[in-house]
Amino acid sequence: MEASHAISEAVKMIKPNVIAAYPITPQTHIVEKLSEYVANGEIDAEYIRVESEFAAISACLGAEATGVRAYTSTSSQGLALMFEILFVISGMRLPIGMTVVNRALSAPINIWNDHQDGMSCRDAGWLQIYAETAQECFDLTVMQYKISENRDVLLPSMLGLDGFTLSHVYEPFDIPEQKEIDGFLPEYKPTHAVLDPGQPLTLGALGFPSHYMELRRSQVDAMEGSLKVIEKVYKEYSEKFPVQIKNTRPEKYYHIEEYKMDGAEIVFVAIGSVCGSIKDVVDDLRAKGEKVGLLKIITYRPFPMEAIKKSLKSASKIAVIEKAISPGANGPVFDEISSLLFEAKSAAEIRNFIVGLGGRDVKLDHIQKIYDMTKKSQGKKQEWMF
Amino acid sequence: MKKQNRIDYGSLKSKIGSVEITTGAVLESNGSTSKTKTGAWRSLRPVVDEKKCIGCGMCWTYCPEGCITKKDAKKFEVNFDYCKGCGICANECPVKAIAMVVEEK
Repeated sequence: MEASHAISEAVKMIKPNVIAAYPITPQTHIVEKLSEYVANGEIDAEYIRVESEFAAISACLGAEATGVRAYTSTSSQGLALMFEILFVISGMRLPIGMTVVNRALSAPINIWNDHQDGMSCRDAGWLQIYAETAQECFDLTVMQYKISENRDVLLPSMLGLDGFTLSHVYEPFDIPEQKEIDGFLPEYKPTHAVLDPGQPLTLGALGFPSHYMELRRSQVDAMEGSLKVIEKVYKEYSEKFPVQIKNTRPEKYYHIEEYKMDGAEIVFVAIGSVCGSIKDVVDDLRAKGEKVGLLKIITYRPFPMEAIKKSLKSASKIAVIEKAISPGANGPVFDEISSLLFEAKSAAEIRNFIVGLGGRDVKLDHIQKIYDMTKKSQGKKQEWMF
Repeated sequence: MKKQNRIDYGSLKSKIGSVEITTGAVLESNGSTSKTKTGAWRSLRPVVDEKKCIGCGMCWTYCPEGCITKKDAKKFEVNFDYCKGCGICANECPVKAIAMVVEEK
């Protein structure tokens, strides 16, 4: 099955009460399948056909505020249109689950993959998790609800997967039994936001300067505290659902996946499906005796600073490979890793390689070249691999 | 229809420094705007000249805060706990019976 349908299967199994989505390429396959499931009764949910992504996310907000489980999915411009409501949802602490099928932003209009949409929303107070494979798409969708709905977290979550290069690619993946998923993810029992005429409450009231900072701080605390919850959920899932198909996911989920990092002096850092190609290059280089590894980031928000610092401890050269750019600065992940290295007083050389924008192929040759440049300390701090 | 949970508001409260907050800024019950007194924002205060007032009720109709109340046929009173001093009442008054006077504190 394709990765889009791994998401649809997972969403079916987490039993959402409300699905509100507006179709946008390359997210369409996910919501097409879900509307089929609702129509034929396989999912007992309200499927709200909305007129825009702004309406989709707003419908999810309203639904979740009544105390039920809501789901939406989008890409690119759609996510940009949701931007305002993303902050409202995280501020109200509504644990909505969303899938973002990562796609480039206009202009020029482009339907293909990069990470600019997700990265542009990194400060919205949503948890962000990125998948590399179809199996990870399935697993992380189930896990994202367990994490978001945890009483100590109560933050919405975004699962990112690469448009086309992952969403439309057929891969084998394992689907556990429904009763096992039910055992892992209990029914959502809201504790703070339940719009109910029998017990009126106010959501989204004015926050005066006297309280706003404290409320923001509580959001930050929840985000920081969620690191431990995420780790626990990853562990529980990995134990409950061991690997069925080799090489389709990490054996033990963690904030990061360390691939051949033992004794690695030169390290690639990347997010998403490009990690598959990087692993191939790492295998080749290791076979030639090169000390190289890959650090794949799965949890991006909260940023797993300690895990990354620890993992990069003995690296002497680091290449951050990114599919997003902050014009006038660097790739967002590069800046964050650089700041961690500074904190850790690391002397490692770090370079930023911008790749794959708007669906440009990232070939093994590109990665090989990145390795060569990093090893020989060639090129500028920020290099674009066209 | 899913059975609704009752919310335990006590469990949602926490403190950061001396400021008490709730998860997601949820407020118990409705009517939070009437609990929040916004009169302190005012820099101009409407003063009604009762001799000029004809009791038409335009001020009462136009007040965006709904903080003007009718006391009797010819008497309107402003609730200064909520009046922000916007001056719409003075502007709408057909006989110019309302003056906006600078607040001195």
